[in-house]
Amino acid sequence: MAISEAEVKKVARLARLAVPDDRLEAYTQNLSNILNLVDQLSAVDTTGVEPMAHPLDMMQRLREDVVTETSHREKYQSVAPEVEDGLYLVPKVLE
Amino acid sequence: MSQADSIHTLSLKGIHDGVHTGKFSVMEATDAYLDRIERFNPELNAYITVTRESAQAQAVDIDNRIRKGELTGAMAGVPYSLKDLFCSEGVRTTCASNMLSNFISPYDAHVAAKLKAAGGVLLGKNNMDEFAMGSSNETSAFGNVCNPWDTTKVPGGSSGGGAATIAARLAPMTLGTDTGGSIRQPASFCNITGIKPTYGRISRYGMIAFASSLDQCGPMAPSAEDCAITMNIIAGLDSRDSTSVDLPVPDYTANLNGSLEGLRIGLPKEFFAEGLDAQVGAVIDRAIKEFQAKGAIIKEVTLPNSHLAVPVYYVVAPAECSSNLSRFDGVRFGHRCENPKDLMDLYERSRWEGFGDEVKRRIMIGTYALSAGYYDAYYLKAQQVRRLIKQDFEAAFKDVDVIMGPSCPTTAFGIGAKKDDPIAMYLEDLYTIPVSLAGLPGMTFPIGFAADGLPVGMQLVGNYFEEARMLNIAHQYQQWTDWHTQVPAQFA
Repeated sequence: MAISEAEVKKVARLARLAVPDDRLEAYTQNLSNILNLVDQLSAVDTTGVEPMAHPLDMMQRLREDVVTETSHREKYQSVAPEVEDGLYLVPKVLE
Repeated sequence: MSQADSIHTLSLKGIHDGVHTGKFSVMEATDAYLDRIERFNPELNAYITVTRESAQAQAVDIDNRIRKGELTGAMAGVPYSLKDLFCSEGVRTTCASNMLSNFISPYDAHVAAKLKAAGGVLLGKNNMDEFAMGSSNETSAFGNVCNPWDTTKVPGGSSGGGAATIAARLAPMTLGTDTGGSIRQPASFCNITGIKPTYGRISRYGMIAFASSLDQCGPMAPSAEDCAITMNIIAGLDSRDSTSVDLPVPDYTANLNGSLEGLRIGLPKEFFAEGLDAQVGAVIDRAIKEFQAKGAIIKEVTLPNSHLAVPVYYVVAPAECSSNLSRFDGVRFGHRCENPKDLMDLYERSRWEGFGDEVKRRIMIGTYALSAGYYDAYYLKAQQVRRLIKQDFEAAFKDVDVIMGPSCPTTAFGIGAKKDDPIAMYLEDLYTIPVSLAGLPGMTFPIGFAADGLPVGMQLVGNYFEEARMLNIAHQYQQWTDWHTQVPAQFA
C-alpha cells in the first residue's frame, strides 16, 4: 500500500519529527516500499488466532509496593541539556 | 615472541589462568588489548570509545584483589568490550547516534555491573548500527565498520563493531544485542561465535531499548566455551527488568563435553530453498554431514510461516521502537536543537537532527502502524501471524532437539551495496528473524569459508532455555574443527 506525502507529513508530526519538504519525497517512497512488504500479512487467514504479546506468554511479575529507588536527581540532571534549580528547562508553554 | 604478543590468542579461560598463575598481570593483558586497539582500530572503526585510562585503573585494582585472593571467578582479570548501547557509568554511551553523542551514562546496565563486579576490565564501547537498527553497521553516526576478513565488506549488524572486534582479537569477548539477528548475522559474517539467549534470560536493564518484546543481550567471542563462561556471569533474574525470567540458571560450562550421539537435528526446508547462496549452502551441508558422522540424526522439518517473519518484524519492531524512542525529547538527555521557538519546535527539530534516516523511517512506520484506524490491520495482524510463526517452531520441536541452518543467505556483502535499499537490507535477516519473533534462543558458530574466501556461520536454534545444550553442541563442533580459532592474516 502506498502512503501519500500528506500522510507522511501527518505521521511525522505525530512522531515529532520535523521532516523538511525536500526530504518528503524520499521518505514517502521508502515508507511506501516498507508498507508494500508488510502488506503480505493481509492475505494470511488469522481467524481465531490469539495475538502474541509476549514470546513466553508470561504475565507481568508483580512486586511488593515499597520504595526501591533512591533519588538520583542531581546525577540524572547532570546529563540534561538545560536545567535550573533542579528543574528541566523548556521554551515557554503558557503565555 | 614475548608473552604480551600472544595474549590475544588466548581464550577467556587462558587469560584467567594466566593472570591467576602469575604468568602475566591483568595490566599486561589489558595493555596487550589496548595496544592492539590502537594499532588496528583506525582501519576497522570497531570501537566508538576506548576507555584506556579507566581500563588501566581497573587493571591495577583487579591485580591487587586477585593477589589478595578476593577475586577468583572466571571473569576476574579478563578484558572485554560492550556494544555502545549498554549504559556504563561515567562512560560515553552513544547508541551510535548523534542523539546521544555526548551522553555520559549516570549508571551501569545490569550486565555491565555484573561483569564489573566479576572483575572484568572494560576496554571500550563498540560501534553498531544506530539504535541497533541495521544489518551492516552502516547506519552508525560514527562511520561504518570494516569486516576484518575483507575490509571492503560490511561486518554485518547491528552488533557489527563487536563482531569485528572479536574477529580481529581487539577484545576476547564482547556483549552484543539481538533483536532480529543482530548477534547471529554479524557473527556469521566475521567468523565468530555468538548466542542470543531465550527472551528474558538476561536482564535488559540499562540496555537502551529498541523493540522491547524482541531485544535480548548475549555474548560474542571466538568460542562457545567463552560464551558459556560469560553466560554464567550475566544470566538470571533482575527485578529491574519486568520481563526478566525467574528460572534457575544452570552452569553453562558443566555440560560442554556432553555427547552428540542420538542428537536429533532438524533442518527447516524453507531455510534451504531459493534465496540461499549456493556457496553458503555447500558449507552448511558439509558441516551437517560432520554432525551426522558424530552420531546426530538429521531430519527435515518445516516452518511454513517463516516467509512471513520479515513482514511481521517490520510492523512489530518499528511499532515498539516508535514508542521506546519517544523518550528522546531534547529535554532530559540527548541532543537539543539550537534556539527552539516553542516546545513543539524543540521536540521536532531535536529529534529530526538527532536521529539518522533509518531510525526515523522506523519511527514513522511504527507511528503509522499504531495510529488510529490502522492498529488492527497492522499491529494486531502482525501479532497474530507472530503466533503462527511460534507455533511452527513448537511443532518442529516435537520431532527434533535442535534446529540448524544458515544464519544468513550470503557471506558478507560489500560496503555500500545495500545501503540505499532498505528492503534488500531487511531481507538479510530472513533466517534469524523467525527465531527472534518466537523468543527462542539462537546462536551462530563458525563452520568454514565459502568459495569467495569469506566466513560462513551455522545458525543453531534450541527450544526455550536450552542454551546449555546449544553451547554443548557448538563446543563439540569446535573440538573437532578449528574454524573458530582462525584470524585474518593481517590481524594475527
